[in-house]
Amino acid sequence: MSETGSSPAAPNLVYCRCAYARVVPRKVKDGVLEALADAGVDFDAVPDLCEMSARKDPRLAEIAGGKDVTIAACYPRAVRWLFSSAGAPIDKERVTILNMREETAEAVAAAMVDRKNGGER
Amino acid sequence: MSGAGGLTLPVLRVALYEGRGARPLDGAHRFAVMQTLLEKGYRVTRIGSGDASRRPDDGNSLAVLGRFTEPQPAEAVGDAGGRVWFRDIGDETPDAVAALVEAIRAECEVHEPGGWKPWFPVIDFDRCTNCMQCLSFCLFDVYGVSKGGQIQVQNHDNCKTDCPACSRVCPEVAILFPKYRHGPIHGGEIQADDVRREAMKVDISALLGGDIYAALRDRSAKAKSRFSKERDEERALKERQKCLVKLQENLDIPAEVLASLPTLDEIQAKAEAAKTRAQAAIDAAAARQEG
Ligand code: SF4
Ligand code: SF4
Repeated sequence: MSETGSSPAAPNLVYCRCAYARVVPRKVKDGVLEALADAGVDFDAVPDLCEMSARKDPRLAEIAGGKDVTIAACYPRAVRWLFSSAGAPIDKERVTILNMREETAEAVAAAMVDRKNGGER
Repeated sequence: MSGAGGLTLPVLRVALYEGRGARPLDGAHRFAVMQTLLEKGYRVTRIGSGDASRRPDDGNSLAVLGRFTEPQPAEAVGDAGGRVWFRDIGDETPDAVAALVEAIRAECEVHEPGGWKPWFPVIDFDRCTNCMQCLSFCLFDVYGVSKGGQIQVQNHDNCKTDCPACSRVCPEVAILFPKYRHGPIHGGEIQADDVRREAMKVDISALLGGDIYAALRDRSAKAKSRFSKERDEERALKERQKCLVKLQENLDIPAEVLASLPTLDEIQAKAEAAKTRAQAAIDAAAARQEG
């Protein structure tokens, strides 16, 4: 749907809902989603990165290979090895992982939206 | 439910399209629609620019939702050969939008999302020494060995939901369960204290008899013999319960998992088979190193 050639199916902001567990505080995951929705940025919202890893979803390789990707999920060590076990190792230089289990919604959302705005100069 | 089969089937993806030829949603509506679809297990990509006539699907089924101002075909073939459905969502409520997506999913016969809590071990290969203890320990064939002789998680959906026991037998604290409540098993950074504490958990399994399944067997066998000799049903039960409670507490094994363990004979056979596989992998790795 893009005329620029960059696939709109692969925005570089990724939000993990952790939909099947309660380990990410609801307030934080809702707060981040709300802020992204309000900011009007393009982003990819996935129900559960763990499930995608088990399924070896090809989208993980797209994310891992993307430039300036920011993922809002949980502990970076867990997310990194989830990608790796799906055959899509993350390049630490190009992918930033934000931890919604430890950080506030405001901090995660600000980091994502700021990055996006910065990246679209 | 077991996720078996569901792990390999294609899924229906959703694009919330707000580019040319569509009116944007306001922030609150966008949030509510995305939240509802995510909770139902759909992946949603928000697209705020571009042209709805291009269909860069990934070969899977794609539902494109929008408040279209230009007519769209109900269904089309995407650039990669997948099926693409267009639906005008107007000012529909999030539940009504979810119903539209559900109807498409039913039509394209792809796997229904959700239903399986993705719970399985993830190995931190910066720490793993390929000792195969996890493979020997797991009775449910979650672990396997790659062609190159490396430990691997192979049958994710065989893993018992909420049971992190294998992480406790890993001497290197290399096994994570991202949905676990506590660190470092949830993936938090590992402190020196964590390594000591996790090593203690391993000692606890040693305390129970070197091998917790062996302990379970022994205790139960003792309980059984007591039961037959003394006809002391209550005592046998207590003995077994004591062992189970110890296992539960120290390894955080959910009661349902213990209740669903195979019979003692099956446990013995499975534990032997797993140990044989682990030993074969270790031997093969050693042979490769020598060669
Ligand atoms: S990656 Fe983390 S936040 Fe996402 S589903 Fe898995 S445990 Fe939950
Ligand atoms: S027990 Fe731990 S160190 Fe040993 S193979 Fe399994 S993950 Fe690796």
